[in-house]
Amino acid sequence: MKQYVMGNGAIALGALAAGVNLVAGYPGTPSSEIIETISHYPHEGLHLEWSVNEKAALEVAAAAAYSGARAMVTMKQMGLNVASDPLMSVAYIGVKGGLVIVSADDPGPISSQTEQDTRRYADFCRIPVFDPSSPEEAYEMIQEAFAYSEKYSTPVLFRPTTRVCHAYASVETPDSFAPKAYEGFERDPGRWVIFPRLSYINHGKMEARNVEIGRDFSSFRFNTAEGEASEKAVVTSGVSYTYVKECLKGHEGVRLIRIATAFPFPEDFILKALEGVKEVLCIEELSPFIEEQILKAAGKHHLALRVSGKLDGSVPHNGENSVELCTGILNTFLGVRTGYDQRDLSDAPALPVRPPVLCAGCPHRASFYAVKKAMKGRKAVFCGDIGCYTLGNAMPLDMVDTCLCMGAGITMAQGLSHMNRDTVSFAFVGDSTFFASGMTGVVNAVYNEADMILCVLDNSTTAMTGHQPHPGTGRNMMGNVVEKVNIEKVLEGIGVKKIVTVDPLALEDSIRAVQECAEETGVRAIIFKSPCVAITKPEKKCAIDTAKCVNCKKCIREIGCPALITVDGRVAIDRNLCAGCGLCSHICPTGAIGGEQ
Amino acid sequence: MNKDILICGVGGQGTVLASKIIAAAAMEEGSPVHSAETIGMAQRGGSVTSHVRIGGEACSPLIPYGSADMLLAFEPGEAVRNLKYLRQGGIAVVNTAPTKPVTESLRDTGYDGREMIEYLQQKCDCILINAEEVCKPFGSTRFFNVILLGVAAGSGHLGLSRETLLKQLEKRVPPKYLEINTRAFLAGVEIAGQASGERKGE
Repeated sequence: MKQYVMGNGAIALGALAAGVNLVAGYPGTPSSEIIETISHYPHEGLHLEWSVNEKAALEVAAAAAYSGARAMVTMKQMGLNVASDPLMSVAYIGVKGGLVIVSADDPGPISSQTEQDTRRYADFCRIPVFDPSSPEEAYEMIQEAFAYSEKYSTPVLFRPTTRVCHAYASVETPDSFAPKAYEGFERDPGRWVIFPRLSYINHGKMEARNVEIGRDFSSFRFNTAEGEASEKAVVTSGVSYTYVKECLKGHEGVRLIRIATAFPFPEDFILKALEGVKEVLCIEELSPFIEEQILKAAGKHHLALRVSGKLDGSVPHNGENSVELCTGILNTFLGVRTGYDQRDLSDAPALPVRPPVLCAGCPHRASFYAVKKAMKGRKAVFCGDIGCYTLGNAMPLDMVDTCLCMGAGITMAQGLSHMNRDTVSFAFVGDSTFFASGMTGVVNAVYNEADMILCVLDNSTTAMTGHQPHPGTGRNMMGNVVEKVNIEKVLEGIGVKKIVTVDPLALEDSIRAVQECAEETGVRAIIFKSPCVAITKPEKKCAIDTAKCVNCKKCIREIGCPALITVDGRVAIDRNLCAGCGLCSHICPTGAIGGEQ
Repeated sequence: MNKDILICGVGGQGTVLASKIIAAAAMEEGSPVHSAETIGMAQRGGSVTSHVRIGGEACSPLIPYGSADMLLAFEPGEAVRNLKYLRQGGIAVVNTAPTKPVTESLRDTGYDGREMIEYLQQKCDCILINAEEVCKPFGSTRFFNVILLGVAAGSGHLGLSRETLLKQLEKRVPPKYLEINTRAFLAGVEIAGQASGERKGE
C-alpha cells in the first residue's frame, strides 16, 4: 500500500513493519508524530505509551527488549540527556529483542535549547547509530536498525533530524502489520543484573564487537559512494546528502560519499571510497563527527589527504545546512558554479516581524499577569520552564527571568531563594513538565527548606508539542480512560503546606491568591487551572463598547493579546482570534469591554 | 513534469490544506511528490511555508532558492519574504490584503502591505488578489485558501488539471461544505482567467 507520510510517520510505519511490540516516548519537536502515527493504525498486541519522561520510556522499552520483544523509544535530542542514565547502562547489559532508540536532532536549532549531536552519544555509549537522509530511507532503515540490534544484541540509536522528520514522501507499506512473536523474559541474573564485574567483562566484549560492526557497516547499503574516482570527494550524511546532491546536479568530477552509520565507523568502506582522493570536504550538521573519523583514519593509514569541513572553518559549526549554504561551500571547494541562480533582493522593503506569542485567550497570559500585578513594587524573580509558557518572556508580560531545561525552574527558584533572601522566588511549570521532571524538585524544596512559590500552569494537556495526553489528563495512548493523577494531591503528599487552586481567568481571585502566598514562607503552591484554548471551543467573544472606550490602549499595553488590535488608530477586537477569555475586560479602566454571545 | 511550488502565509490561513491538495493531485496524475511544512511553535501567528516538489528530480525536501515555479502567497509581506525561492520567469499568486503581525498593536510600524505589492510587481510576474474582496460572496475569509488554489489551477502554471484538484478537494472537505468550496475553487479559476486576459491586453 502506497502512503504519503511525514518522515516521523515513515519511522512509525517502518517500526510497525518490523513487528514492533512496544513503543514508548515523551513528546518533543521534531519527534512527536512518531507515536501519534502509531496510535492511528490498528496495532493489536502492541503496547503504546507516552511515558512520564524519556528515562521512564527507555527503561520500559529496555525491559520489553530483555523479554525478547522488539521495542522502540522516541524522543527529541535533549530527551536523550534525560534518558542517558539507563542508556549508558543498557549499552553494557545489551538486549535480546531489538531495541531502537529514536532521538531526533534539531540543527538550527529550530525548537530546542541546544545543538547537540546524538551521534556523540553513540560514540560515548559505544552503540551503533543510524542516520537517514529522507522519509523513504527512514522507513527502510529503521527496519534494518531492529535487525542489527538483534544481530549484535545491543540497543541502537536512530537519529533523524528536523528536516527528515517533517518532510513528506511516499512509502510502500504492507496492508497490515503484525507484532513479532517473542518468548518472554527468562531469569538470568548473570546477564540482566548490572554489577562491576559484569560491566568489566561486557566492556571488553562491546569494543571487540564494535570492530566487527564497523566491518559489517562497510557493506551497509545506505553507506554509498557515487561518481567516478576523482581527486576531490565530498563526504556527507543525513539531510545534507540531499542538499549536496541538489547542488551537484549536472556536475561531474567529484566523488559523493554518504555515511549513514557514523558509529561504529565503516573504516573499510571509507578507505575504499577515498582511493585516489587527495582532498575531502565534509558537510554534516551539528558536530564534525564524520570529519574527525576521517582524520583518524587518515592518521592511522598515513593517507596523504587534505580534510576540510567544520574544523578548518569551511563549514559553519552552528545552524542547519541548506542547498544555499552548500552551494557556497561547494563552489569554493570545487572552483565551479553549482546550485541555482539567485535573485538580488537586497533592495526589499523591511518585512513585518512575526515572533511566536501566547495564543489569544491563553490562560497562561492571565496567570502571568496575575503574578505580575500581585508582585508590583516587590522584589521578585520568575523562573520559567519548557513549554508554551516560555513565551511569557515576550513583551509586555516580560515574566520569565530564567529558563534552562525541563523541570529546572522549580529547583532554580530554590537556589535563587537561598542566595537572594530579599527576593520572592517563583517557579512556573506546566502540568506535563510537572509530571516529567517537576515532582522531584518539589520534594527537594520541602526537604531542604526552600522559600519559594510554585505556580503550576495546568491547562490539562501537553500544548506545545501538539496536545498529547499526560498522567493528569485521565486518558492514555492505549485509548483507555484512566484515573487522573491529581497535582494538588501530589503536592499534598510531598508535604507542601500551602496549596491554592485558582482559575487564572478570575483575575481578582488570582491576584489575591498570589499576594496571600507572598506573605507566607516555606514552599507554597498555586495551581492555575484552566484548559488550553487551542482545544476548547469559545462560548463567547469579547466586544468593545465604543461609546465607553476612551482609546487609552491600556489593554494592549498590559497583556499584549493578539486579538487586541488597532483599526484606524482605535482599539478593536479581532473576532477571528478572540477566544472570549475576558482578561481584557478586567483591565479596561472604563469598563468598555464586555462579553458577547 | 518537474514543478516546485512554494506556499507561504501566516499560521491559521489554511496553507497546509492547499499544499496537501496540490501534492495529492500531483500523485494522482502519476508524479512522485515530496513536501515539507512548518511545524510547531511558529504555527501560532508566525510565518509558515509549505514546500511542494513535484517530479523525480527533487533531492532536497526544501525548494532551493531560485527554483520555485510558483509562489502561492497568502499574505503580501510573506510573499516578499519568500521571493528568494521563485525562479526567474516564475509566477507569484499573491493576496494583497495584509495580516498585521501581533506585535503591530504594541509598536505601530504602519505595515499595510502596499509597499510589498509594489516591490513584487517590480520583481516578478504577479497575479494579485484581494482576499477580503473575493471572499465577500462566501461570507468568510476561511474560503480564501480554496479560492487561491483555484487561481493557481486557472493560471495554468501549476501543471495539474482542475478536475484532479477538485477531486482531491472533495476528499478533504466535509460534505456539507463541499458545494461552497467547489464554488470558491471555480471563482478562483475565473479570477485567473480574467488576470491572464488583462495581462495579454496590456
